[in-house]
Amino acid sequence: MGKRIKKEGFEPKIVVFACNWCSYAGADTAGVSKIQYPPNVRLIRVMCSGRVHPAFVIKAFERGADGVMVSGCHFGDCHYLFGNYQAKEQFEVVKRLIHLLGLEKERLRLEWVSAAEGGRFAQVIKEFVEDVKKVGRSPLAPAKT
Amino acid sequence: MVVKEELLKNTKAYYCLDCGKCTSICPISRFNGGFSPRRILIGCLTGKYQETLRDDKLYTCLTCGLCGTRCPSDVDYINFTKNARFEGQKLGNLTPCAHGGAIQSLMRIMTSPSLEQKRLDWVPRKAEIAEKGEVAYFVGCLPYFDAFFTDLGVNSLKIAKDAVKILNRAGVEPVFVENERCCGHDLLWAGGLEDFIKLAQHNIDAIKQSGAQTLITTCAECYRTFKVDYPAYMGSLPFKVLHITEFLIDNISQGKFDFKRTRKKVTYQDPCRLGRHLGIYDQPRMALSSIPAISLLEMEKNRENAICCGTSGWMNCDAISKRIQSYRLKSAQQTGADFLVTGCPKCYIHYKCAMKDPKMGKELEIEIKDLTSVMADALRR
Repeated sequence: MGKRIKKEGFEPKIVVFACNWCSYAGADTAGVSKIQYPPNVRLIRVMCSGRVHPAFVIKAFERGADGVMVSGCHFGDCHYLFGNYQAKEQFEVVKRLIHLLGLEKERLRLEWVSAAEGGRFAQVIKEFVEDVKKVGRSPLAPAKT
Repeated sequence: MVVKEELLKNTKAYYCLDCGKCTSICPISRFNGGFSPRRILIGCLTGKYQETLRDDKLYTCLTCGLCGTRCPSDVDYINFTKNARFEGQKLGNLTPCAHGGAIQSLMRIMTSPSLEQKRLDWVPRKAEIAEKGEVAYFVGCLPYFDAFFTDLGVNSLKIAKDAVKILNRAGVEPVFVENERCCGHDLLWAGGLEDFIKLAQHNIDAIKQSGAQTLITTCAECYRTFKVDYPAYMGSLPFKVLHITEFLIDNISQGKFDFKRTRKKVTYQDPCRLGRHLGIYDQPRMALSSIPAISLLEMEKNRENAICCGTSGWMNCDAISKRIQSYRLKSAQQTGADFLVTGCPKCYIHYKCAMKDPKMGKELEIEIKDLTSVMADALRR
């Protein structure tokens, strides 16, 4: 019984790469508007979602992240004009690598969140955390914690 | 104290005459005057362990073994470097890595025992594969490279598909080791002995379980690792390891293949792991010349003098690598060959990447093919 409760109480560790101009500001908007979202995410601010090289995502998984989300501006809104197109391209590579490694596709997500969409940011995070909870702990996660 | 006496003895480092022949032949020193192989050796011999082993230059070496062909004292420089890197790792060195360390991360992920990869999606439907059998085919990292290097236009899975085609044509139904891992070559040469041993153990167990007696690889690096490093660190293997060229030659002599006439001029790049490390120079050439009407041209520097593809173990990709690659590609062009044939998928990827250089334009362009693909394409339908 005790074990089961433990399993139900699984709190995934999630890394979110958020771009400085839209998504990070979106998270900020969620904050100032006092919109609650699960505390499972670790936000990492990058200047542009195009900066998120496949290596970053793979490294996050290597270090035991249960899920990784890359988040940037909507198409056409990129501060650097086409950074998010690059992000999408790189994300496709990551998707293929994650598939090869046998990790579930639910562990990976690409989202476009603008600076005004605080509510949407919270919603996206909620959904993602739920998805990751369903697939459970990453096979690469360290045994403890 | 850091570099063990034993190591210096085993690699004959004490015999170094400081003559500088290694520096004069080293492909890196040729373009980067600051690098000298013997300086690292002398540094360790004279007791400056810490400085020498902490220096980035330790990781600049390509371990291509060209210096070994010239050394009058026969110092085993590549083994010295490998072991010095183990020591460097213990000192907490951060190894340089190209591609943001993605490939190293992938390899480290593969050390996790609970991982269940889905790496066989590429296997063509018409391929004849056995559940259990005598011969296993070790795909290695090809599916990962195919996914990772899409922007370079390297279709590295073609090598694997072609290998299956060749094996099928010879009447062999290969077994795939569903959950094989990276062979660990790159981690080993970067000094990551612990992770290497995990990968090696996993691979050996997986192949044992499949019951195969022979393992065939298409990668020069996997081949060296299985042939030399696994027995050295894990004890002798319960199966035989063959490179696809060896398999080809055996079967060509038995007349199992029917090649069509291919009026092409080709030149062959000796991968350092296959050539200088293991002395396999003739087999690939014999395999190539068994295709009717093909003419094999040699580059200016060939066989034991061949120049490395400029990067090893995804560690040291920089301007110097690019210059080595462009030098090599130009000498391939000078032979007048229609395409450059390599025996190692990594040479293939590195040259493909070098050709993408926007400043060089078409200066470096030459078609490049893997040996396995050349042989498979020449098979009569």
